[in-house]
Amino acid sequence: MAGLDELRVTFFQECEDLLDRLGSGLRDLAAGGGGGAEQDELVHSVFRAVHSIKGGAGAFGLDDLVGFSHLFETVLDTLRSGRAGPTPQLLDTLLRAGDMLDDLVRAARDGGAPPQERLARIVAELDLLAEGAGEDTLEDFVFEPLALDLGGTDAVGPGDGAGAAGFDILLAPRGEMYMNGNEPAALIAALATLGPLTVTAGTGRIRPLAAFDGADPGLRWQLRLQTGATAGEVAALFDFVEDLAEITIEPLPGTPPGPDPGGLPAAAAGESEPPASAPVVPPGPATDPPAAVPAPAMPAPATPAGGGTVVPMAAPATVRVNLDRVDRLINLIGELVIMEAVLSRIIADAGLESNSDAVSGLDRIRQLADEIQESVMAIRAQPLRPVFQRMERILREATEATGKRARLVTRGAETEVDRTVIERLTDPLTHMIRNAVDHGLEDAAARAATGKPAEGTITLSAAHRSGRVLIEIADDGGGIDRARVRRLAEDRGLVTPAAVLTPAETDAILFRPGFSSREEVSAVSGRGVGLDVVQREIQALGGRVTIASEEGAGTRFTIALPLTLAVLDGMLVEFGGQTMVLPLAAVAETLSPAGATLHATGATGQMLANRGRLIPVVDLAARFGLPSPGPGHGPGVFIIIESESGTRVALAAGAILDQRQVVIKSLEENYGTVPGVSAATILGDGRIALILDPDDILRGAGAAAAGAPRMAGGMA
Amino acid sequence: MTAPALTELAAGQEVVTFRLQEMDFCIGIGFVREIRGWTPVTVLPRAQGFVTGVINLRGMVVAVVDLAARLGLGATIPGPRHVVIITAAGGRVTGLLADTVSDILTLDSGMVKPLPDQVANGAREFMSGIATLQDGRMLRMLDLTHVLPVAAGGPG
Repeated sequence: MAGLDELRVTFFQECEDLLDRLGSGLRDLAAGGGGGAEQDELVHSVFRAVHSIKGGAGAFGLDDLVGFSHLFETVLDTLRSGRAGPTPQLLDTLLRAGDMLDDLVRAARDGGAPPQERLARIVAELDLLAEGAGEDTLEDFVFEPLALDLGGTDAVGPGDGAGAAGFDILLAPRGEMYMNGNEPAALIAALATLGPLTVTAGTGRIRPLAAFDGADPGLRWQLRLQTGATAGEVAALFDFVEDLAEITIEPLPGTPPGPDPGGLPAAAAGESEPPASAPVVPPGPATDPPAAVPAPAMPAPATPAGGGTVVPMAAPATVRVNLDRVDRLINLIGELVIMEAVLSRIIADAGLESNSDAVSGLDRIRQLADEIQESVMAIRAQPLRPVFQRMERILREATEATGKRARLVTRGAETEVDRTVIERLTDPLTHMIRNAVDHGLEDAAARAATGKPAEGTITLSAAHRSGRVLIEIADDGGGIDRARVRRLAEDRGLVTPAAVLTPAETDAILFRPGFSSREEVSAVSGRGVGLDVVQREIQALGGRVTIASEEGAGTRFTIALPLTLAVLDGMLVEFGGQTMVLPLAAVAETLSPAGATLHATGATGQMLANRGRLIPVVDLAARFGLPSPGPGHGPGVFIIIESESGTRVALAAGAILDQRQVVIKSLEENYGTVPGVSAATILGDGRIALILDPDDILRGAGAAAAGAPRMAGGMA
Repeated sequence: MTAPALTELAAGQEVVTFRLQEMDFCIGIGFVREIRGWTPVTVLPRAQGFVTGVINLRGMVVAVVDLAARLGLGATIPGPRHVVIITAAGGRVTGLLADTVSDILTLDSGMVKPLPDQVANGAREFMSGIATLQDGRMLRMLDLTHVLPVAAGGPG
């Protein structure tokens, strides 16, 4: 069984690659990708992707998936055979069919149910297109060897009929079952986790209330379960009640007609007789997973491109590696870098000549360590492409929901970012794309009035800039209506009517919690969450979001992210006898006290005049309970940090020592959290320095300024 | 890890003994990862008074507890002659600051005694038993669960 589970995992991993290829192929086609041969090749590669998914799905008895991909394939075949041209309408349908296939794969993997309504709609559309295909399709289909073929390749099924496409189950509880506190609804719910379930209650034996007998309940259920699970797995759910109820579990003959469209797919799956589609183990599953599942599913009467070859892979060979192993390597290299720094200090302290062999040998080690570090970081780095591709789909859904027309232009999808960053980027980007469609783009009438093309353009681009990744989401909509933002902000009490705001400050209001610029919450982008959530998520990644808008010309959001979460650009700061690291991303500017004008507020607090504004001063030493410099010793430097909402605080510190990349080390692992500190790092001399958490300091700024008596010092 | 030894002092068990202000203590050897000389620590702001700070243990950030301060014997002014016993318990690695490490012993069943009732409550919570040695010395068995620090957690 474990072997089958493993194969399933491999199949779904494989599906991701295939869906990836499907998506990019369809997009290239939609973009009018080349002509002639190139276009043919695109169609073929799309076809092959769908076909491979179908093949694998058949082997696992995932009939929903088989049915849908077959229909999809049928429609694609009209394109492949030249009976239909790649019209925008056809491609639009195909793109949405691709989304649906993605959903079905996910549903099959995670056990959820695909959105039936959308499924029905897209199936109807495909049916319509497939009708033109007629007999050719059938013929094509006759050659479809998938499940039979698989069955022939050394199938080693448990042989108990397990893995049938589904089961008819009769559940007739006896009185004891209820008395023992078993709940049939829970059993039925458990069954539903295995696959689509049709429940029919048999009420025929229920007696009138007057004749009710608790010991002999009449209610029974007829359940039809479509699942890839084995009979044993299904029966296991009834373990606790098998003596308390009448239970029969019968494998479905052939394939049940679930939501399968038309008759063809049903026939397709019909070939996968329960024994044949049972836990089939294609040759060499563990050693060569990418080829194992889809390969046997290739149709015999293949197209020129498909003939004989197993899904051509343009991409270089890859290995799937457990992330933990990579992380361990990164940790070890972090230690190597630290050790190298320690060694170089020892050599410096020993007073060796700078041209001595020891020093030059150490230099070489340093270079190697840097190179190794870079290479390992590159292992974790992945292109943003999958996220960007996902956004195409988000855009399609958003335009569908709003009735607006828009296209997504992506640039720099090959830009590589740390894997963890990529994973956590999907949500904020989804939100921003929806936001751009919903709030950014005007409706068709307004666009026509300003002479813009009816179809809006949303540009999603990524690039590396000086050690950071910049991601831009730009629309060509109407720009931010600042007067309205201002009015709404005043209504919501976010701004006082008297406040004077620059355009940029007005724009920044969009990021404030509780601000959502739509009067009524819309289905697409607003569910009470606003851009403040986006901002929080980006900040949690160590990045920042900025916004630029031009009235009538559009809005552009820029996300600046660190390349990795494992290292951080930091400013080494000394105060109260300690060295700590301030993330450079938060630093707005630094000021020498000589040029600073301070104003006392109340008994102890201070404000610093900076660019026409008064900003609170936080004495870092006092904030962290460290000895402050005595009277007469003001701070050596003011470091102004800024939050995304524009809140500024001046940190009074002793001195700025250095600026460098530091390796982030967890403080929580062996100790716990420390207020105002986000993590720790190890300095060149092997000692630990704490990394300050600017957000925490900004949040506590008010309290610290008011309640730190020692701060009065000699600075007033 | 020798699981039951976290609080129980059992006979036939190997312990590491160390001295703290002229008193002998011990902990089960299963908890001891290594013993290091004192190196300067990085102070943790707003930590409990007995947490002297954190050190770098081959790339890992490890908190060091001043055992004397923890047991109410007054804060230690650490110097190069002090030792840090690196312990691993409950999934955490923590350093214990002690005066010297004296020995590794195997406790015989006759040595182990329950904690007398007369032991003051304050000290009692940190100890799980007592063993008397042939030379008349008395070993106090530390209960690591109560010695380890609790981080400040939220702000303030």
